[in-house]
Amino acid sequence: MEQPVKTARLALPAAGQKQNVGYWRKYGAFYLMMTPALIFLLINNYLPMIGSVLAFKNVNYQSGVFNSPWVGWKNFEFLFSTSDAWNITKNTIIYNVVFIVLNLIFGVALALLFNSMRNPRLAKFHQTMMFLPYFLSWVIVTYLVYGFLNPEIGLLNKIILPWFGIDNAIDWYSDPKYWPFILPIVNTWKGIGYYAVFYLAAIIGIDKEYYEAATIDGASKWNQIRTITLPLLRPIVIVLTLLQVGRIFYSDFGLFYQVTRNAGALYDTTLVIDTYVYQGLIVTGDFGMSSAAGLYQAVVGFVVVFVSNLIIRKISKEDALF
Amino acid sequence: MASPASATLGRKPKNKESSVMDVSKPANLAINIFFWIYSAICVIPILLVLIVSFSDEKTVLANGYSFFPHKLSLSAYDFLLNDWVNIVRSYGISIFVTIIGTAASLLIMALFAYPISRRDFKQRGTFSFIMVFTILFNAGLVPFYMMYTQYLHLQNTLLVLIAPYLVQGFFVLVMRTFFMNSVPYELIESSKIDGAGEWRIFAQIVLPLSLPVLASVGLLCTLNYWNDWYLSMLFINDNIHINIQYRMYKALQDLQFLSSNSAAYSAILRTNPDYQLPSETVRMAMAVVGIGPIIFAYPFFQRYFIEGLTVGAVKG
Repeated sequence: MEQPVKTARLALPAAGQKQNVGYWRKYGAFYLMMTPALIFLLINNYLPMIGSVLAFKNVNYQSGVFNSPWVGWKNFEFLFSTSDAWNITKNTIIYNVVFIVLNLIFGVALALLFNSMRNPRLAKFHQTMMFLPYFLSWVIVTYLVYGFLNPEIGLLNKIILPWFGIDNAIDWYSDPKYWPFILPIVNTWKGIGYYAVFYLAAIIGIDKEYYEAATIDGASKWNQIRTITLPLLRPIVIVLTLLQVGRIFYSDFGLFYQVTRNAGALYDTTLVIDTYVYQGLIVTGDFGMSSAAGLYQAVVGFVVVFVSNLIIRKISKEDALF
Repeated sequence: MASPASATLGRKPKNKESSVMDVSKPANLAINIFFWIYSAICVIPILLVLIVSFSDEKTVLANGYSFFPHKLSLSAYDFLLNDWVNIVRSYGISIFVTIIGTAASLLIMALFAYPISRRDFKQRGTFSFIMVFTILFNAGLVPFYMMYTQYLHLQNTLLVLIAPYLVQGFFVLVMRTFFMNSVPYELIESSKIDGAGEWRIFAQIVLPLSLPVLASVGLLCTLNYWNDWYLSMLFINDNIHINIQYRMYKALQDLQFLSSNSAAYSAILRTNPDYQLPSETVRMAMAVVGIGPIIFAYPFFQRYFIEGLTVGAVKG
């Protein structure tokens, strides 16, 4: 893998006066190639960063970024003086932690079980099924959830709960206390196939000889999993988990906005930073607060990503983002 | 590098009796039962929507959603047929945006990934950083929204449904890693000696050798574009540029939306003022119409998709 580096060094022109002319002749094409993406990044990513100053302005949509008056830290003071700031931060982090743990446990468990399947035809069939939810859009998932939770005629209220003797209908879309359970279930249902595939790929990559040796030594299946599979799975588990930790300040907008049908009654347990920022921008038109929350998310998010990348580097250099 | 995941799909133990990976008979049975249940959990919600869409509205309202419809009916689809112009147009927009978006996105990202994959290109670190930084830090929704609405004035255009997803830093990194590890530098060097320019090397050597990563990143892009409703929600407020996902979203929120532009619906109301919109079943029929293509395309795509994920995971 390191071989090309050496050849590359050899190919470099000798340092000197002529290098500059040669440089452009040699690499000019590269700059042309990169131009479309660079222009795009400038417009889509870098220029809006200047717009982060909106967090310190009394934003008026009409006058735009440059003409709105400065207000200093006022937007942040407002944001953090309400209970909103605490609530959205808490929700964002707690949900993400729950999601990370569930993805890890169920992902690894599914991959382990999957790896033990004997019939390749069936294995392929189940793999297709297990991965299907990942392909669906959040809009479709919302329909599926609505089919279960519709208060009057949903499957849960109408059929499943009466089986257990619960006859009075639960108004799912107006009682926030159920959502800390519903959202993790939906998130795991949709995404777990994705994680299982990652872990499965890693398990299949493990050298079969370890298992052969273990079988000769008389190790049970369970012991083999404990002493061979899990330890060898550790690096990818750590990296996948840290990648999710790096996004701990961001949420899947689709899950929190669509699946909850953005019901205001549920905000106590469903509002996260992303939906709060959207709410401020589009619905209430509170641009200043919305920008402040967005910048708060971006800065803290940056720190978290940076730190988790440092940790990834320590553990496995190739898997680090930068 | 051959993707390990592809091995699962067609994995056939050479000798069934003696494979060390085999589990005992009872364990195998238990695992099989588990997976049948798990697969059912994955599919059942979709079946529910499908069955309700074919049910009679009155019995659904009386008995609730059910896997065993008391009375079958096509009235929901009949109603949607009135709205076929809008639905077909939304489909068209989704397909157009997905195809153009994926193609443009792949090209732009590959063109960026190639130079930063070349170990002899001294500036590769700088340009990699320019890309990586966009993963680490973003301006947030408000400045992004203002850029597209106030400075580029792209509301209610198809471009705004394509542009924001064109360059994804993570995909660029995946491509770069693949170019670095799977396209031998010696090959590039010898083509240079033979007189090929960088463009030619890129188009005739690097791209053809990188079909696996292009296929997987391309599928991820396709899924991004096809499943998107967020950009529509932010930037589209007319009835012309609505894609199929957003139309489904609107239908779930408010059924009037479906009929608001349907002359047929008002005609029905004129002749029959008591006409009841079969709202619950129509909703579910709308979902079925929206799920349709992805369900059919899914089994074919799935394999490449899984390979793509693994490429991302093992980084080349």
